[in-house]
Amino acid sequence: MISGLTTDDKEMSGCAISGIMSEVGRPFSGESIIRSIANMHDRSNGLGGGFAAYGIYPDRAEDYALHVMCDHEDGLKAAEAVIADRCVIRHTEPIPTRPMRAIRRRPILSRCFVRMREEELERNYDRTEDDLVVSLVMDVNTHVEGAFVFSSGKNMGVFKGVGYPEDIGRFFRLEEYQGYIWTAHGRFPTNTTGWWGGAHPFGLLDWAVVHNGEISSYGINRRYLANFGYHCTLRTDTEVIAYMFDLLVRVHRLPLRAACTAMAPPFWSQAERLSEDERELVRALRVVYGGALLNGPFSILVGHSGGMVALNDRIKLRPLVAARRGDMLYLASEEAAVREVCRDPERLWNVRGGTPVIGELRGQAKADATPTVLSGGGQEV
Amino acid sequence: MNEKDRKDGFQPRQWLVEPDFVVERDPEKCIQCQVCVRQCANDVHRYDEDDETVSSDSSPCVGCHRCASLCPTGAISIKRSELDFRPHGNWTAAALRNVYKQAETGGILLAGMGNDQGLPVYWDRLLLNASQVTNPSIDPLREPMETLTHLGRKPDRLRLLERDGGVALATRIEPQLELQVPVMFSAMSYGSISYHASMALARAASEAGTYANTGEGGLHRDIRPFGDNMIVQVASGRFGVDSEYLNSAAAVEIKIGQGAKPGIGGHLPGEKVDGAVSETRMIPEGTDALSPAPHHDIYSIEDLRQLIYSIKEATLYEKPVSVKIAAVHNVAAIASGCVRAGADIVAIDGCRGGTGAAPTMIRNNVGIPIEFALAAVDSRLREEGIRNQASVIAAGGFRCSADVVKAIALGADAVYLGTVALVAMGCHMCQKCYTGKCNWGIATQDPYLTRRLNPDMATRRLVNLLRAWKLEIKEMMGGMGINAIESLRGNREHLRGVGLTDRELRILDVKAAGE
Repeated sequence: MISGLTTDDKEMSGCAISGIMSEVGRPFSGESIIRSIANMHDRSNGLGGGFAAYGIYPDRAEDYALHVMCDHEDGLKAAEAVIADRCVIRHTEPIPTRPMRAIRRRPILSRCFVRMREEELERNYDRTEDDLVVSLVMDVNTHVEGAFVFSSGKNMGVFKGVGYPEDIGRFFRLEEYQGYIWTAHGRFPTNTTGWWGGAHPFGLLDWAVVHNGEISSYGINRRYLANFGYHCTLRTDTEVIAYMFDLLVRVHRLPLRAACTAMAPPFWSQAERLSEDERELVRALRVVYGGALLNGPFSILVGHSGGMVALNDRIKLRPLVAARRGDMLYLASEEAAVREVCRDPERLWNVRGGTPVIGELRGQAKADATPTVLSGGGQEV
Repeated sequence: MNEKDRKDGFQPRQWLVEPDFVVERDPEKCIQCQVCVRQCANDVHRYDEDDETVSSDSSPCVGCHRCASLCPTGAISIKRSELDFRPHGNWTAAALRNVYKQAETGGILLAGMGNDQGLPVYWDRLLLNASQVTNPSIDPLREPMETLTHLGRKPDRLRLLERDGGVALATRIEPQLELQVPVMFSAMSYGSISYHASMALARAASEAGTYANTGEGGLHRDIRPFGDNMIVQVASGRFGVDSEYLNSAAAVEIKIGQGAKPGIGGHLPGEKVDGAVSETRMIPEGTDALSPAPHHDIYSIEDLRQLIYSIKEATLYEKPVSVKIAAVHNVAAIASGCVRAGADIVAIDGCRGGTGAAPTMIRNNVGIPIEFALAAVDSRLREEGIRNQASVIAAGGFRCSADVVKAIALGADAVYLGTVALVAMGCHMCQKCYTGKCNWGIATQDPYLTRRLNPDMATRRLVNLLRAWKLEIKEMMGGMGINAIESLRGNREHLRGVGLTDRELRILDVKAAGE
């Protein structure tokens, strides 16, 4: 566990978020996402910024890319020992950075590309490789002094730290990477001192969550997740959201739209106006997944290797706009952040509360087709 | 007092027991209208035809305020007895009086209503959260605020199947009770309370979109039309239980224990078993209705499982089965056992819960407070990963909507209201329900008294109470920035403790104020 990791309070923050995706999987550099998030500079206060990028490690696409931050060399050694015990480490290197006057007191940043050992998989025959990676990340983060794994997906990576997001982006030389999905976050924490691990995105496997808001249902969401073996160590809302997506979509295999309905369901009065089948589905999701409902003000962007999801709380207490042009999908806290990188979108709209906007890699993930009333919509702006 | 007692020279006045209350009559105001004489079933007030005056004897007064409330000129006032004993920390007046009574009668001390010993009320030591700046509070007058609650077994996960471009449910959800507001009326039997009171509870539950519980009194045929809003109880005496009874309600509850008297059974005296009670309970008129302490077919957890499944078979698996237990020391493990035995709902009744009649020693000394029981049960079921499998109802002395909100934040799905519903109908907490002389017409079968409770007005008062609490619950939720009750349930982040020890905070799993 890295020092300063256990903040005793739930994190509260106001923030900026932005996401850009090519739905045909065309890679583009991190330059545009840095410009987009920089255009919302005043929504952050310099205490945290970060990015998630998908498709950036095509040569090692089959390996889990573990990004590790460490207080000191001993922490790195200890973390690597735990990882090497369970994984075949195929490559290790420092995460490339450039000197930035604005970025100070940075941790040791390292990445390694791994696969679970065959004997680990055999010994844990009742669990998937993904499950074992989740356990590995949780073990390092809770038990290894001075070390923190902040990214653990395949062919993707999280880059984050203390500073304004545009400075963090340049520090990590993100304009040199090529990815098909980029998300970004600028943080305005209200009650925690900035520390590198606390910045967004929060990543687990290939999930990366950026989040603006506060989850007032945090207490029950955390206890609900504990039923299924997730232990929230960071006490941040964002961690809860990432685990919730992992549980509902990866473990329970709910279609993405249904998972979003469980997390931000229609009001009962709205459900009454749906067709009988849809109403029954909404009722079932609400009855069974009451503990997964996210309450309070939020706008979130969730990246995963198959796409990007944006979700607003049910009564839209945080800003979120979406835009499309060609194969590109843009999502951001403010229209200005979209216009900065896409002067002339074909369509630009305010995302409706409780209604997800789902970007999908074409030719993938058909499984989440759901009743029409639960999908789409929103006001043009 | 009957004629035989008079002839035998029975002393009506227990010679060492002083009156609890002093009834004072202002002669300036009294107009000798005799309302008080007619209203008091305890014979406090007398009219002397020769003198044409009304006078009072304080000794049988129970402090129910019926006479004072109805006196047209406000001539009557009732005070605690001023006859004070010399103060003694150990030998309080109540302790002395109990000894005098038992020396007089050789009997078990009886009490009505819940524990009156001033046990700490932990709800008062828990404070709720509200939003400021970083998280906007939500105004329930302007935004939807959802209190709809489902009680019953839930699967751990849903399976959805793709079909025709949409998805279809592949998981069948077990039957659920649907509550518009997360409170229900607790078990109060017809017999212990009057026909009108039972009817008012059923009608109010139906009107407010929640449920009333029959207790072990059977389901009067006139109340069967309200069956969709009734929970029928199967208790150790099995009074009134047959197939039609089980199938006429929305859910069935097996009563193992009651917070006011854990570990013992019940006793409805034959005097209260009139024709209608006899028919509803399916016992001969005038016979005592004795509920044994245990169910004689439940001597362990596997027997409970058999009874749960017998009831499910009898009701074609169409109704949730609840198990009600008293909050005793090992309540978390017992509740877990009930869930594993197949209970869809577990109701936990804390030691401040009410009753029509209980031995005073049991009522005052057995069980644990609902706050700790609830916290322990919710945590335990979560640790075992079976919290989804059953809903948890908290019961026992809930006074106001804030108590309810705190209970839900601590982990309850819903709350049972008993005493407070009687108070809404007019109960003045004289705690003499077991005498059958309820002057407010609630806990009695005497037709002269029962007709005092107008069922329409009682229904209206109960519906008003639920409406008022629902509004208050929504205000509190909105203040916390929560617009669905499921986000409050078990959300202990919204509670802070004051004046609690570290250990108490740990058991409640609640932070101290300021943390």
